[in-house]
Amino acid sequence: MICIRARGVEKRYGRKRALRPLDLDVERGAFAVVTGPNGSGKTTLLRLVAGLAAPTRGDLDVAVDRAALGYVGHEALVYRDLTGLENLDLYGRLYRVRDRRERIGMLLERFDLWDARRERAGSYSRGMLQRLALCRALLHEPDLLVLDEPFTALDATGAALLDRQLADLAAGATVVLSTHDPARVGSLATLRVALA
Amino acid sequence: MPALALGAAALMGLAVVFAFFVAPQDADQGISQRIFYFHVPIALTAYACFGWGALKALLLLWRKDERYDLESYVAIHQGTIFGALTLATGSIWAKASWGHWWLWSENQLVLFLVLFLFYSAYFMLRFSIEEGPRRANISAVYALFGVVLIPVSFLAIRLAENVIHPTVFTREGPQMTGTMFLAFCVAWVGITTLAYTLYRVELSGKRLDSNLRDLREALGG
Amino acid sequence: MRYAADVATLARKDLQLELRARDTLPAMLLFVVSTLVVFHFALPAGADELAAQGLLWLALVFTALLGLARSWAPERESAALDGLVLAPCDRSAIWLAKAASTFVFLAAIALVALPAFAALFAPVTWETVAGVVLANVGICAVGTLLAAMAAASRTRELVLPLLFLPLAIPLVVGGVGASVSEEPGRFLAFLGLYDGVFAILCWASFEYVVSE
Repeated sequence: MICIRARGVEKRYGRKRALRPLDLDVERGAFAVVTGPNGSGKTTLLRLVAGLAAPTRGDLDVAVDRAALGYVGHEALVYRDLTGLENLDLYGRLYRVRDRRERIGMLLERFDLWDARRERAGSYSRGMLQRLALCRALLHEPDLLVLDEPFTALDATGAALLDRQLADLAAGATVVLSTHDPARVGSLATLRVALA
Repeated sequence: MPALALGAAALMGLAVVFAFFVAPQDADQGISQRIFYFHVPIALTAYACFGWGALKALLLLWRKDERYDLESYVAIHQGTIFGALTLATGSIWAKASWGHWWLWSENQLVLFLVLFLFYSAYFMLRFSIEEGPRRANISAVYALFGVVLIPVSFLAIRLAENVIHPTVFTREGPQMTGTMFLAFCVAWVGITTLAYTLYRVELSGKRLDSNLRDLREALGG
Repeated sequence: MRYAADVATLARKDLQLELRARDTLPAMLLFVVSTLVVFHFALPAGADELAAQGLLWLALVFTALLGLARSWAPERESAALDGLVLAPCDRSAIWLAKAASTFVFLAAIALVALPAFAALFAPVTWETVAGVVLANVGICAVGTLLAAMAAASRTRELVLPLLFLPLAIPLVVGGVGASVSEEPGRFLAFLGLYDGVFAILCWASFEYVVSE
């Protein structure tokens, strides 16, 4: 069962070519690791898969709809003036998460944000913001998880937490992850995509 | 295309001849009335350009084909130019007929002033956004706002003031004699052809420019 | 209904944010009163009440602009707008919620501006109040969408007034007309028409403003 199918997918912003034509097949349950130098289009590809942008040319089919898709980008996608808890509550409502409160509590604990839950997201450190973003992406138990260099902002503890999460997720969900350090997730990867 | 350009030039020449020599002098307004042969068609052409631009914009949003972005932009560009000409010719007419360079009582002129402001902002908006699908989409949505604004503004201006604008076309038909009407039609066709020619010229110029840059990029790496 | 719930969630978020930050609303309140005072000094002696009615609308429009310029600021931080676009809710719900919360702010402004105007210039009639309410709907609907467009621009603070003012002209005509004309009904109906037509256009086209 194919989860993501790309044929000749290209993205341009006016003159700039952000992603060269690409063919890709990602099966359900796969763990795809996307690598490549800066400017090769990793972020663009992930944004296309997540549905934040549409391809300029080519066909891109993602068999998962928005409600079952989780995305972590370079930015945390949160409101700085809301607390961690309020941010997650907002997204919980938008994604119609069942047992919202329990799930939020569980994720906050798992990512070691429980103590900071009532503080403004604007006061969080970069690592904490990234962990909050991960909570946001996992809140609705997505079938497809798209992670753009998730380890970059994390410190050692945070990275270890994510490692454990990914191992759990690899069992059920489809994961597309871009990284500068493929060795880190090497054991989990079932598909390697190298962008030029 | 050269045929089109020649045709437009010929029609414009014909229009000038008709407007200034063939058509009879208007009893009330004298020579200043002659500018009407140009002012009204220019205004109608401006509306047509804005409408065309909005149509292309709609096609862009619907079909998601980048090509329509340039077509929409060029149409609106032409429309703005003709809009400016409408204001200029209207102003000249106002000065010649009433002695003032501007008349707030002239609904059509006021409408064009509002539209001119609106479409000028289109360019401000467009050129402050990075080239790409975002710019194309936003420009397109704004172009659609424009055509909706035209009737709404017109209604507003009418509500705001009572006016005696010498209506060229009334419900009974044009208030012009046969020859005057002929002159008007010649001018209208001429100006519309001119506008279409300019549209095609600008569009192909911009396309050429774009292709050239693509080629340069392909060769360069 | 899901759509209504999404709009409510998002609007609540906007109100929560403003209550917490408390930066935009107080500034707008002060601005509208300051503007009215400036207008007093700008009116030559002997200017009649009718001219003053026009100034009320200027004050409201420019104060609205001030608020609109900041309306998408929270979404720009940490790219929160992407988060909303990713969510399963309809994109138009994002616009509607933002417009609704902006309407609440403008209502608060009007609650201060109208009494201030009545005290400083001339009494305020029911027709004026109705006009303000209807015009605010249009201002919020159109202004919110234009502000989202401006947010994509390099010169956002500069370009928003340019985009907004031509579209605000019919609203000013409607509002002033409702205040001073002998047939306020026509002007109020016109405001209703503007609101209806542009709200539909905004609702349908917001998706494209935020998509790439």
